[in-house]
Amino acid sequence: MSDPILRLEGVQTDIAQYHILQGVDLDVPRGKVTMLLGRNGVGKTTTLRTIMGHWRAKAGRITFDGADITARPTPAIARSGIGFVPENMGIFGDLTVEENMVLAAVSGRIDPARRDWIFEAFPPLRTFWKGPAGTLSGGQKQMLSIARAMIEERKLYLIDEPTKGLAPAIVTTMARALRELKEAGASILLVEQNFAVARALGDLVAVMDDGRVIWTGEMAELAGDAGLQERLMGLSMEGGH
Amino acid sequence: MIATLLSGDAPRSRVLSVLLLVVLVCLALAPFLFPGTRSLDTAARICVFILLVASYDLLLGYGGIVSFAHTMFFGMGAYGVALSCEFLGRSWGALAFGIGAGIVAAIATAFLIGLFSLRVRAIFFAMITLAVASAVAVLVSQLSQITGGEDGLNYQIPRALTPAFKFMEEPVFGVRMNGKLLNYYVVFVGALVGVLFLLRVVNSPFGRVLQAIRENDFRAEAIGYRVVQYRVAATCLSAAIAAFAGALYAIWLRYVGPSTVLSMEIMLDILLMVVIGGMGTIYGAVLGATLFVVAQNYLQELMGLAEGAFEGLPLLPALLSPDRWLLWLGLLFILSVYFFPTGIVGRLRDGR
Repeated sequence: MSDPILRLEGVQTDIAQYHILQGVDLDVPRGKVTMLLGRNGVGKTTTLRTIMGHWRAKAGRITFDGADITARPTPAIARSGIGFVPENMGIFGDLTVEENMVLAAVSGRIDPARRDWIFEAFPPLRTFWKGPAGTLSGGQKQMLSIARAMIEERKLYLIDEPTKGLAPAIVTTMARALRELKEAGASILLVEQNFAVARALGDLVAVMDDGRVIWTGEMAELAGDAGLQERLMGLSMEGGH
Repeated sequence: MIATLLSGDAPRSRVLSVLLLVVLVCLALAPFLFPGTRSLDTAARICVFILLVASYDLLLGYGGIVSFAHTMFFGMGAYGVALSCEFLGRSWGALAFGIGAGIVAAIATAFLIGLFSLRVRAIFFAMITLAVASAVAVLVSQLSQITGGEDGLNYQIPRALTPAFKFMEEPVFGVRMNGKLLNYYVVFVGALVGVLFLLRVVNSPFGRVLQAIRENDFRAEAIGYRVVQYRVAATCLSAAIAAFAGALYAIWLRYVGPSTVLSMEIMLDILLMVVIGGMGTIYGAVLGATLFVVAQNYLQELMGLAEGAFEGLPLLPALLSPDRWLLWLGLLFILSVYFFPTGIVGRLRDGR
């Protein structure tokens, strides 16, 4: 197996006086979808934000595509080829959908073929292309947020809870788009609470608890073992539907 | 053609387009439409303030950066021209050098303030600009050997820009063809070019990144933009334009003093103009500055007329006495901020 695209070794992160990540070890292989699962508050979002350099790791090492990025500033990390979709969407409401997309393209230009691919995955973005992003619905904003990461081919996509709080029909659209991204051979690290979506997309799983990765393995293994799910994260409560 | 000039950022409201056109035509033909020294002076002041307020809008409306040092940059441009003309003599070279030196000084100061303080939270940046601006104002009034202190400086600009210079013997439409007229058009064209340049800047990719940073700076960083660099660049650019506006003002007035170009009152006026006009639009600066300067100059007269009209009635004449013009100006602002929270331009665009 080739080198992982992303490797975290013993990463610890504090936020104010709280010790959130207590030594995260994680490999994200190339060309696969790795699901980061776990209950609320175990450090999944903090892990993604630490990778992006928003929170600084106080110990440990983060290697991306062979280079140590632990101490790099956030913009440099983004430009080295990571497309990040934060949990709260973070779209720029005063700008148009088009301007949001152009900003996200490192080259400053949009490849028409790529744009058409995105339009097919998220038809509302075609409709509101020239309109202000602030007037989109919640689901459409989430589409824009993901489309922004997809506007260029990235070496790695970090996606935080893309289906959170969305209507079922939009969850389906979102899952289909992510599947297409996966089939195009992308490397993805995905945080997802909806286990049905996670099961359908994930190749590999890392389960977190208390600021550490406590289990890693194949998605098939976890999906086929209800007892394991229950033990690792009490999934029977959230993932049954 | 017009779309290119406006950098594709049309007014997007019929009423707004008409208002802007009226302002443009009135300012372009001011010497002929409103003859008289006082009205021409008001027109020149409007031109200068439009540019000054538009440059502040780049910072506040697009960059989300609150600065209290904008009059300081304005003053640097004005004192650049004044000192250069005072010490290098009356020549075009001295004038050009003064404009350039003022702009360079403003950029350098903005760069230093920005570099040291734009990493910290917005409120600290605002405080630091306030401190630096106050310090510079004190320095200028103390260094009376060079700056003339509180009295300011009177200096000579090239003769072609003064009333003494006549380029046609006969008046045209009753207007004397002299250097004062040329001077006005230098100010008008300078301001117009400056505003069109600012429109270009805010509609460029740079302007879009600034807006993105204003809305969500972490998100802008996470897609690869160096927030501090962009903020520093915006501060420098805005300072340069403010200094240019200051230079135009100094050319027009042939006088500078702390109270005309450096006072905190001007800073508050700029803030009011940008808020009343509509932040983050550039066009708001045009309407805000025009309304404000006209009100400042003519409200007293209007009230004098009103006082006369209501003579004999109880209370009303006393309320409308020209001495109370500041009260009414304040009232007008409170009402306009209350009814147009997004400024005049925002209101007009919403109501189209």
